[in-house]
Amino acid sequence: MAAQPNPLATGRPVFVVDGSRSPFLRARGKPGPLHASDLAFQAGRALLYRQPFTPQDFDQVILGCVMPGPQEVNIARVVALRLGCGDRVPAWTVQRNCASGLQALDCAAQDIASGRSELVLAGGTEAMSHAPLLFSTAMVNWLAGFSGARTTGAKLKALTAFRPAFLKPVIGLLCGLTDPIVSLNMGQTAEILAHRFGISRELMDSYAVRSHQRLDHAQQNGHLDEIEVVYDHKGHYYPADDGLRADSSMEKLAKLKPVFDRPFGKVTAGNSAQITDGAAWLVLASEDAVKKYDLPVLGRVVDSQWAALDPSQMGLGPVHAIAPILKRHDFDSGDIDNWEINEAFATQVLACLSAWQDEDYCRDELGLEKPFAPIDEERLNIDGGGVSIGHPVGASGARIALHALKTLQRTGGKRAIVSLCIGGGQGGAMLLERENA
Amino acid sequence: MDTASETNEKRDLYTVIDDDNIAWLHFDKQGTGTNVLSAAILEAFYEELLELVERAPRGLVILSDKRNGFIAGADVREFTQLANHDEAVSAIQRGQAVFDRLAALPFPSVALIHGFCLGGGLEMALACRYRVARDDPGTRLGLPEVRLGIHPGFGGSVRLTPLVGALHAMDLMLSGRSVDGRAAKRMGIVDHAVPERHLKSAARALILDPPFPHRPSKLQALSNHAWVRPVLARVFRHQVSKKARKDHYPAPYALIDLWQQHADNERDMMHAEAESVANLITGPTAQNLIRVFLLQEQLKALGRGTDFKPKCIHVVGAGIMGGDIAAWCALRGMQVTLSDQSPERIAPAIKRAHTLFKRRLKRPRPIQEAMDRLMPDHKGLGVEQADVVIEAIFEDAEVKRSLYRELEPRMRKGAILATNTSSIPLAELRDVLDDPACLVGIHFFNPVAKMQLVEIVRDDETDSEVVAKAIAFTRKIDRLPLPVTSTPGFLVNRVLMPYLLEAVELENEGIPPAEIDRQALEFGMPMGPIELADTVGLDICLHVAENLGKHLNTPVPQRLRDLVNQGRLGRKSGAGFYQYKKGKAVKPALPKGYHPHADISDRMILRMLNEVVACLREKVIEEADHLDAGMVYGTGFAPFRGGPLYYIEAMGADTLLQRLRNLEQKLGDRFKPDPGWEYVAGFTDEKETHGNG
Repeated sequence: MAAQPNPLATGRPVFVVDGSRSPFLRARGKPGPLHASDLAFQAGRALLYRQPFTPQDFDQVILGCVMPGPQEVNIARVVALRLGCGDRVPAWTVQRNCASGLQALDCAAQDIASGRSELVLAGGTEAMSHAPLLFSTAMVNWLAGFSGARTTGAKLKALTAFRPAFLKPVIGLLCGLTDPIVSLNMGQTAEILAHRFGISRELMDSYAVRSHQRLDHAQQNGHLDEIEVVYDHKGHYYPADDGLRADSSMEKLAKLKPVFDRPFGKVTAGNSAQITDGAAWLVLASEDAVKKYDLPVLGRVVDSQWAALDPSQMGLGPVHAIAPILKRHDFDSGDIDNWEINEAFATQVLACLSAWQDEDYCRDELGLEKPFAPIDEERLNIDGGGVSIGHPVGASGARIALHALKTLQRTGGKRAIVSLCIGGGQGGAMLLERENA
Repeated sequence: MDTASETNEKRDLYTVIDDDNIAWLHFDKQGTGTNVLSAAILEAFYEELLELVERAPRGLVILSDKRNGFIAGADVREFTQLANHDEAVSAIQRGQAVFDRLAALPFPSVALIHGFCLGGGLEMALACRYRVARDDPGTRLGLPEVRLGIHPGFGGSVRLTPLVGALHAMDLMLSGRSVDGRAAKRMGIVDHAVPERHLKSAARALILDPPFPHRPSKLQALSNHAWVRPVLARVFRHQVSKKARKDHYPAPYALIDLWQQHADNERDMMHAEAESVANLITGPTAQNLIRVFLLQEQLKALGRGTDFKPKCIHVVGAGIMGGDIAAWCALRGMQVTLSDQSPERIAPAIKRAHTLFKRRLKRPRPIQEAMDRLMPDHKGLGVEQADVVIEAIFEDAEVKRSLYRELEPRMRKGAILATNTSSIPLAELRDVLDDPACLVGIHFFNPVAKMQLVEIVRDDETDSEVVAKAIAFTRKIDRLPLPVTSTPGFLVNRVLMPYLLEAVELENEGIPPAEIDRQALEFGMPMGPIELADTVGLDICLHVAENLGKHLNTPVPQRLRDLVNQGRLGRKSGAGFYQYKKGKAVKPALPKGYHPHADISDRMILRMLNEVVACLREKVIEEADHLDAGMVYGTGFAPFRGGPLYYIEAMGADTLLQRLRNLEQKLGDRFKPDPGWEYVAGFTDEKETHGNG
């Protein structure tokens, strides 16, 4: 990997002025109460209401989403119009799998840095519970043959070609979470990392328990005020992330069976990110826009990096994306006050931490002379992560960026790194800073 | 006449012949935004048709130059000027003759319909060979004549039934409802429902290559068969009887008779139609309903005095009233924020709003748009942007005052602060404000989506500009504003209360509640007072009665207190005066041989009228006509009687006063006539009568 310059270093500064997100709602075996566009709309509506500018003042809207529903293909445009941005604000949807939300922020930041935009609404949304069930190709072929048959005889003949197996649906979500190149689902890539770095079932389960405990603590102490309550049509409202299991314990997690590599694997539903619906937005602004509307600055987007690696090791993506950023700024781990590394799997975060200080890995894979200092776990995912909050793939990148800035604001920290592993073998990371008075 | 002066002078209708030799006849009534068919315009139209026959174009397209629609119907004001039955018959027959001429044109004709196409407008369209309607929600086709106590008279009933069958036709004419272009196409009323961009092409195509005119399906045609009609007529009568009594509203019944007896012969039916409408239109029901319609127009016109154009509404309090007000505003296109102390309190209102939007808007995207306009706002973000802030929290003056103290500094300049209070005078609420003159009452009734009337409450201190804005807002959300003074109970509740309390009194004396309700219905009230009390909730009735009782010196019946203490709160608790099963009142049959007391109806109605007279004397409303409008639209006071004051006039104020005095002697103070009786129209001074005699 050749060293890259910081794409943001030469441009105008990029500010984050505000943000909000929906609660992350755990999928419960059937489509959740809200579509991806509804979640993004409701998360954004209150956010825009409190701004001193109007929704039409945005230069563009960028939304990350992996699987928009069939009625919302360019979901960014659908939501922008529902939010009142008007006919004349362009909107586009970005897709980089699990980091789509972070990709949206990066695109927004680039356009502000380059001078193309002054004010951008960017974020991510996903309603994984609404992932479609699809007809198999065999079924579609049969349907085409049947409806093409003109005579009664031909119709009867077509009818006899039907096989009950055609009715077996293709589960869109499973397809989406499976790498077609290496034929591994995401859980299996996590098993590979567990094996490679010798991460035990106990270690991942205790990581999972801690994730729930941290979310519980954060909820109790009001550390998640970026959440906007969402409402459905049936008189229900959703004020908080509902994937939390405050009573999670090692004993309970130990009872769960491995789901991806049966029967000998270690990765269970309990130590993996939950299948979840949610959306998150940030408002990014240039210095001119900050002055023009007198906007409060939450923080700055300072640097970003995308990296790629062997798809079967995709969980290590963050290591590959973060390292160049720290190198560019001559930082070591201790210079970062807050880390958000998305928890796709407990073992995947643990593997990143191991690789980060593994001399061989840093030398062979990252080309570093010596490994980084260990990442202080008291600064990492301090208010829970994907395991407890859930991981609506398109939204998580925006969620962790927003929460990292909120955490800097709350704790008085200066610098945060947010990063995600990306199905297909990539990693993305962003460096955020906040001037604390 | 030279051509120059012809083109300079704008005309109510004019014809342009295009290169295909198609005549385009434009309606554009001068001096108004809406086309209506006055007698003069009908004559001009007739002249135009005669000229067209001379010019023999390839076809005729009739269209309107008005933005809001085709033709909104006949000129209702002319209805009130018909002196007698014969005059009415000849006016109607003249209209029929004009449309007959249209129907008999020797070339194809097309009505090109957009927006309103109602009453006489649709009858004209039906006389054309083809009809094309614009496919959008703003296009409304209907025959609403029954709502004015008549039925179609320019051949509408004669032409519609054979065109689409009796089921669709009678449904439209008996209900008076209107349908959009797409529904009209489905029914067969129009030949095409197309978007604006295809309207003229569709009309041109129909004329250049004329197809067979629309015919009903076999089943639809069967509904007009002589053997089927008697059976269907019974079904129709039964359906109508559930909504309107024959003695109060004769028009729908007359229409069913007309169809049943004459549907085999078009000429006979035309004659019978004219006779029937002439009978109806000169009768008291139609005249009173037309009066009520004109009163409504009068209230609607109140909103024209200001250019206030509210867009953002903030409602505080997501209870039944606040939630439903917010939903209604969102339905009518406002950007609404609905706030309360917690999301938990707001969520049920969002559900009710969704139910309302689904019922009203039907298609998914309009429902979503309305939902998107209604923002649950437990943090109260909407205050700063609101043009109108409506407070609809519980009736506690102190809590309201502290709320206003919070709201006022956050509100934008020029926004109005309105309270939905039903019982607290503005004077008790406003002194916490920096600008006390800016508080106004906008008092909605429950259920908000059904009750058209809204009381605009003000007193001497209220800024008249603010009142004008409140009225403009009310019109913007398509409700009827009724300006009233900030006196206890305002108008509607104040007048209803003695009527309800007298009903409770009667029940307490042992009169079966079902009999009390029956007599009120017979008078023409939409719901009996006992059932109404149960529906409103006896606890709420008691609260209002106690509150008003203090001011108006009306005793509160112990019976009401007892029921509330027993937890019998009415429909919502499953029992009040009646028992409720699945939300419906179980009304026990009257005992055999029961003879109702003669006074029942009088006692209830006269107490109501007495209060009406008091309101008039105290000038609770600005004009006497407003009182009638308010009572009809706010309490459902028998519309066919034209309003309470009109009723007093019709009955003779002195007669009613005498009956009131008799009741006073018999039953005591609560029947004490208000001093205002002597000034009511229809009152003839006794001495004067003697003098003349």
